[in-house]
Amino acid sequence: MIDFDNVGLRYGMGPEVLRDVTFDIPERSFQFLTGPSGAGKTSLLRLMFMSLQPTRGFVRVFGKDITTIPQQELPKLRRRIGIVFQDFRLLDHLTTFENVALPLRVRGREESAYRTDVKELLKWVGLGDRMNVLPPILSGGEKQRAAIARALIDQPEILLADEPTGNVDAPLAQRLLRLFMELNKLGTAVIIATHDLSLMDQVDARRMILSGGRLEIYE
Amino acid sequence: MNETPAKAPRPKKGNRRKIVLRPMAPIVPAGNIAGRSLMFVISIMSFLACLTLGAVIMVQDTANSWQSQISREITIQIRPEEGLDLAAELDKARDIALGFPGTTGATIMDDDATARLLEPWLGEGLDINELPVPRLVIITIDEASPPDFASMRSALDQAVANVYLDDHRTWVDRLVAMANTTVIIGLCVLALVFTATILTVVFATRGALSGNQHIVEVLHFVGAEASFVASHFQRHFFLIALKGAVAGGLAAAFTFAVASFWASNSLATPESDQASALFGGFSMGAGGYVGALAIVVITAVLTAMTTRVTVIHTIMEIDLIRSDPARSI
Repeated sequence: MIDFDNVGLRYGMGPEVLRDVTFDIPERSFQFLTGPSGAGKTSLLRLMFMSLQPTRGFVRVFGKDITTIPQQELPKLRRRIGIVFQDFRLLDHLTTFENVALPLRVRGREESAYRTDVKELLKWVGLGDRMNVLPPILSGGEKQRAAIARALIDQPEILLADEPTGNVDAPLAQRLLRLFMELNKLGTAVIIATHDLSLMDQVDARRMILSGGRLEIYE
Repeated sequence: MNETPAKAPRPKKGNRRKIVLRPMAPIVPAGNIAGRSLMFVISIMSFLACLTLGAVIMVQDTANSWQSQISREITIQIRPEEGLDLAAELDKARDIALGFPGTTGATIMDDDATARLLEPWLGEGLDINELPVPRLVIITIDEASPPDFASMRSALDQAVANVYLDDHRTWVDRLVAMANTTVIIGLCVLALVFTATILTVVFATRGALSGNQHIVEVLHFVGAEASFVASHFQRHFFLIALKGAVAGGLAAAFTFAVASFWASNSLATPESDQASALFGGFSMGAGGYVGALAIVVITAVLTAMTTRVTVIHTIMEIDLIRSDPARSI
């Protein structure tokens, strides 16, 4: 679904933050992306989300070279990818329910068609009684769960999650991990960028370790 | 204070409160400081634009009325001379003038009227026959098809002694030139105000939008198409601009109404006479109100268009970062 071929990335005239990165994300796969802070995990996720282009090498998403995808095609491809940003990016004037329903709303679906699904997902992530609350009132963990629910609501083909359990306690982190695994069983390829070793130890999954701009993969 | 926590009602197990969702909020927040500031700026600019338009229309109407009043009349002057029967010459001149098509009336200015004309310079109780004062015949003409002045002048020269036909052409030409200059200056001021309005609206809209850039970004990343995002922002800012522009337009109309009311309530006072002489009536007329309406609509549409262009530009900018990673730092 995603192929990286000898990819290099640098910001401006700075050093290469990613060097000769080559890997692929197969369908229905589950993997962790890890490495020290500043190793380039977020940059790698941004490349996969097509919000960056490589300085060199090739990145193919759903079989298309991301450097040649026309701008008007990007929204349709991004709809197939769910992303959880490290800084959540929830809209402060929308309630938790409205934030989570946003991807469906921009696809032109009627609220009556998705109301039950959104409510169920919010209950599953433990935000059942926080549906009408605005993000500024939510705790860090609650915001994170809302951001995860927003990424999952349309059952994407690929889920990219940047530190999705960074602000939650261990039991909730486990619960979220179970959610990601269930989603994976339903057919979504999952890539979780995390520092949390204990989280990774709970699943026997591929580990992609970034260090000094290079990627090592442990199957 | 007397009630203990133990007495407080507790929800029964399995009887949880049903959560009622609020109606879906608009994707673009309904009101914020930037939006209110934009509305205020737009109302001020449309007020100024409508006021300028009204002033230009007023000046143009006044200039036209001056021109029309002067060109509606011509004058035949007959200088007195020893032995000349002035009354007979005046009658002859009047009859000749009335014989030309395009002449609607002719009045010989009698002794009293002539004396009144000279009163400011020569004082009261003047015997007009003691002075060699030219006598006048006032001819009113049809403005739409005026008589042939050259033929009339020639006919008068042949039949009447000491006659001079003044068709006010020099005056009218000067007045037309002055009126046209005044209107051109007014139109230039109007063009400047319009340009300032357009630029202010464009920059104020972009400023207000910059506060909403994070919304554009999130919508874009959850898969919204540029046209979807642009249409939401466009609708939102169109309504803001329409409210502001209508408020400005109404304020301008109200200002004209108050000025007109003042003018009609202070008729025959020196202030009112002076103002009327300079500006005519304080009224924009139907054309002025149509123009004000056009300004309101143009302002609102312009804001909506600026919003659309800015949002699409922002989205392109987000995607442009893809091809230039250095820009994202």
